[in-house]
Amino acid sequence: MSSATVYVDASELGKSRNAVSQILETAASGGCGTSGGEGKASCGTSAGPDDMPEEIWNKVKNHPCYSEEAHHHYARMHVAVAPACNIQCNYCNRKYDCSNESRPGVVSQKLTPEQAVKKVVAVASEIPQMTVLGIAGPGDALANPKKTFDTFRMLQEQAPDIKLCLSTNGLALPELADEICKYNIDHVTITINMVDPAVGEKIYPWIFWNHKRVTGIEAATILHEQQMLGLEMLTARGVLTKINSVLIPGINDEHLIEVNREVKKRGAFLHNIMPLISEAEHGTVFGLTGQRGPSAQELKAVQDACMGGANLMRHCRQCRADAVGLLGEDRSAEFTLDKIDEMEVVYDLDKRKTYQDKVETERQAQHAAKLAALAAANVDDGLDAHMKVLIAVATEGHGKVNQHFGHATEFQIFEVSRAQALFVGHRRVDLYCQGGYGEEETLPSVVSAINDCHAVLVSKIGACPRDELKAAGIDAVDQYAHEFIEKAALSWFAGYRERIARGELIHQVRGDAQIRQGAFSGAAEQAA
Amino acid sequence: MALKIIASMCTGCSACEPECPNVAIREKGGTFIIDPAKCTECEGQFDSPQCVAVCPVDNCIKSA
Repeated sequence: MSSATVYVDASELGKSRNAVSQILETAASGGCGTSGGEGKASCGTSAGPDDMPEEIWNKVKNHPCYSEEAHHHYARMHVAVAPACNIQCNYCNRKYDCSNESRPGVVSQKLTPEQAVKKVVAVASEIPQMTVLGIAGPGDALANPKKTFDTFRMLQEQAPDIKLCLSTNGLALPELADEICKYNIDHVTITINMVDPAVGEKIYPWIFWNHKRVTGIEAATILHEQQMLGLEMLTARGVLTKINSVLIPGINDEHLIEVNREVKKRGAFLHNIMPLISEAEHGTVFGLTGQRGPSAQELKAVQDACMGGANLMRHCRQCRADAVGLLGEDRSAEFTLDKIDEMEVVYDLDKRKTYQDKVETERQAQHAAKLAALAAANVDDGLDAHMKVLIAVATEGHGKVNQHFGHATEFQIFEVSRAQALFVGHRRVDLYCQGGYGEEETLPSVVSAINDCHAVLVSKIGACPRDELKAAGIDAVDQYAHEFIEKAALSWFAGYRERIARGELIHQVRGDAQIRQGAFSGAAEQAA
Repeated sequence: MALKIIASMCTGCSACEPECPNVAIREKGGTFIIDPAKCTECEGQFDSPQCVAVCPVDNCIKSA
């Protein structure tokens, strides 16, 4: 094992009862602290080393999916080596990629394990903060066990410092749990949309099981039992698990609260509730029957109802099965097979470690600034201490308000109260400003995406969009340019409260917002 | 007696390939084909043809 990371080998952990009970304890206590109340964030958001045992922290701290804070600094990549699937979901059309893990409507370049390893090594040499390799399809990682594990085996030999993870629907998980533990796989994602086969029947038309296509309630029952058993087996073996759930209004919305409870009971580390994507043109069953996805408020309501249960991941971008880069960006177009062939690849472990140390220093500075801002913010001003508002933030990373309104392809959403600024998600928007000037027709879609926010924090904004946002009731704020986000959010909110206290404005509740559908490919969209 | 994969409907997902008890399926140009000389339609081996049961696209695999 390399010196670059100090994580514990999964198989060693599997033997250690101590570690297992630690994971269960962490999970039972609300993981890294959703139950901690005001001021204490979950690991899905931004928990730190104080919130969990050191062994667990070491496993998650550089994983952009498992640590909200890490996702601003560390990158991941997926390789599309697993095209086959063993179940059918009503939100998936296999003409495209699996929508559990990647947006439907996009097609990945399928790779052999050899091509995949070559690509990972090339990307890791080019992007030293790339710390995690995941196999997320485009089908199911465990429905293609040979391709999946061949990739992991070869990669472990060539790039031992890269953490490995995989995603699965769980059907084949019990039979492969021990195989998973043979590799450096610290993290497994299981997509669990139900814990009641009667609900499952509406989501899964069939599964392929014991050489038969099984349908109806029987299929959902088998899948449910395999998922629960698989989750328990991974917990017992010391592997961290993330549960993905697709929120399907009218089918499993309320039910996901029970899913959260059941997976927490079985040691799940993180729960990621994602909105259904069901555009008709993707040709999924749900797309064709007109099953809609949730609004931003509906999604947040279910996520909020799960607070105190298994930790929630709120920064998921539902990225594609061949995504490369930081979450929310996609550099896969830079690393096609043709381009990799032309690259001169030198895998330099020391260089990667040096770069990652630098990233770590920056991240700690951000963490300290956040703690200081939180400590300074919580002052009693006589107003309702529980008042909360949402604000949108335009950021290019580093935890700062540092992006021009017109350059934002997504906004981070924070729920701000007197005592905290809590990251609750992100909203994708059309690029408002292309080629340096604003395009009038895209502004309404930006407004609808952040319509539930009181303010949008940006580094800069033009006069026209500022006025239009104001007309929609959203305050465009550029006075906190290049400040740390939490500090800026809390300062803005303190000012907002002051204006209310002085009677200059009346606090009003905002409306709902739309979650944008369709494929995200940052590079392609920006080039278009 | 043999089955045939309709190339224009095949997504190339490879799910059928390892399920075939006769090793009759292979990739050709991004999609998959069945060797009619080897295909038994799983008669006497399984209740139903394995490739049809696992294929995610309805009516993609038909009698040749």
